[in-house]
Amino acid sequence: MIVTTEKLTKRYGDRAVVDEVSLSVRRGEVYGFLGPNGAGKTTTIRMLLGLVQPTSGTATVLGEAPGTPGALLKVGSLIEGPGFYPYLSGRDNLRVHAARRGAGRTEVEAALEQVDLVAAAGEKFRRYSLGMKQRLGVAAALLGQPELLILDEPTNGLDPAGMADMRDLVRALAAQGQTVLLSSHLLGEVEEICDRVGVISRGRLVAESTVEQLRGDSVLLVRADPIEKAHVLIEGSSLHGDVLHVRETDAGALVRTLVHADVDVQEVRPLRRTLEEVFFEMTGAA
Amino acid sequence: MGSVKAELLRLWKWPATWVLIGVWLVMTLTFGYVFNYLALNGGTNTRAMSQQQLISAMQPENVGAAVVRGLPMFGGAIILVLAALAVGSGYGWGTWKTTLTAGPRRVSAMAGTLGALAIIVVVLVALTFVVDLGAAVTVASLEGWDWSLPGAGVFEALGASLLIAAMWTGFGVFLGVVTKGPALAVGLGLMWAIVTENLLRGVGSLLGPVESLTEVLPGGSAGNLAGAVGGSGAPGVLNSLSGTTSALFLAGYVVVFVGAATVLKVRRDLV
Repeated sequence: MIVTTEKLTKRYGDRAVVDEVSLSVRRGEVYGFLGPNGAGKTTTIRMLLGLVQPTSGTATVLGEAPGTPGALLKVGSLIEGPGFYPYLSGRDNLRVHAARRGAGRTEVEAALEQVDLVAAAGEKFRRYSLGMKQRLGVAAALLGQPELLILDEPTNGLDPAGMADMRDLVRALAAQGQTVLLSSHLLGEVEEICDRVGVISRGRLVAESTVEQLRGDSVLLVRADPIEKAHVLIEGSSLHGDVLHVRETDAGALVRTLVHADVDVQEVRPLRRTLEEVFFEMTGAA
Repeated sequence: MGSVKAELLRLWKWPATWVLIGVWLVMTLTFGYVFNYLALNGGTNTRAMSQQQLISAMQPENVGAAVVRGLPMFGGAIILVLAALAVGSGYGWGTWKTTLTAGPRRVSAMAGTLGALAIIVVVLVALTFVVDLGAAVTVASLEGWDWSLPGAGVFEALGASLLIAAMWTGFGVFLGVVTKGPALAVGLGLMWAIVTENLLRGVGSLLGPVESLTEVLPGGSAGNLAGAVGGSGAPGVLNSLSGTTSALFLAGYVVVFVGAATVLKVRRDLV
């Protein structure tokens, strides 16, 4: 495990912002940390980076306590937007960051190349577009060849093209075997990129598994006439208005059964809950 | 060392650093030499200084005193602003978050900021010395005075200048960390350096204990040290305490300000 937390809790007064969260991130995976705004994602991540001290519970990052040099030097992070000096160029900002991480100029140039910012590297950070700022943030996170990348809402504020670019970048990093903890409230983004997800709601981790497991088994939707007869014929089917949901993967056999019993089959198609539906169900958000 | 290098790189390339240093150099030159030179050459002597005093103040051998006399109040205020901006701006820009997740321990990150500020302040004092010496030699040459370079005593004045500058730097850093932003830190710092202590000195003329207190406050201690090493004739320079006593108070302030700022930085959540 690259990251583990055990009953990690952060309270401000009586309010538990993060409440006994126990999660784990495995080496080489893209872990989606999913939750509505204000669910406790960023506070959890800040605790993993040592920026915020937990009220109780424990966490280890790459076997080390969060916030220690042993952990931080192996982690690259982008938390709630990039924090850079506005009067410095993109390149100089990376050089400042590289000096702190013990990285050299070659690594700075490689990181700029990786996020496609070489041409704009000499421009002042304050003149960058939001997309360029986010990409520079990712470049900074890549310095020092981290074993774990923590990206908190990396597509926040980006236009659709910028979001697509960021997704491609994360995908490319994942393809290289980079472990990524990606926090987001954008479900499509998580569904597309992540191997496993943790869903946090009101400070509590309500689910942790693969996207496939979260979405559950697929069912077949059957529209037939008469539907009541079909319901009786197909064992284990459930009636939902004028359609049936059937936990059956062999659609051919199912259709043959119905046709032989003189039932008109109007529609048969696989039906699967989207991550969005699962998410709304779990978080109560809508 | 990485933290100092990083902080130095960003402070060195920060326009605010050089604007503030430039403003200070123009001020020290204007008030230390230009006005004195004009007064000496037919202007009205508003500070009731004799011609001999004016000449002495501008002599190259007295350049150490010229450097230190400006620091208890106006120079100190500029250094305080620089330190408060250097630390406080990081909260608004989100750069503290980047710094504290880069790798070094928080103490090291803070030491990097303090180390880089210390280097900038040494540069500021050194530039003040060079500019003042250049002005003094120019005036002496123009006036045809016999002049000599400063003796070993100049090191005492420069040492005192550095201690005063270190205190104001520590004060600015402390305010930047406490207020978590540049605006309030600068506002409070300037208020203290320029207004509050002077008001207290005014009250002190009516109340003895307050007067004793003002002598050991940050600006008062700085003024007393400047006065003890020969600085005179500038706002904020005092002659109530010995050099050793005022130096000890200043060193104490440096320890308290830097220590408190570091403890806060290390222990406080960055949200």
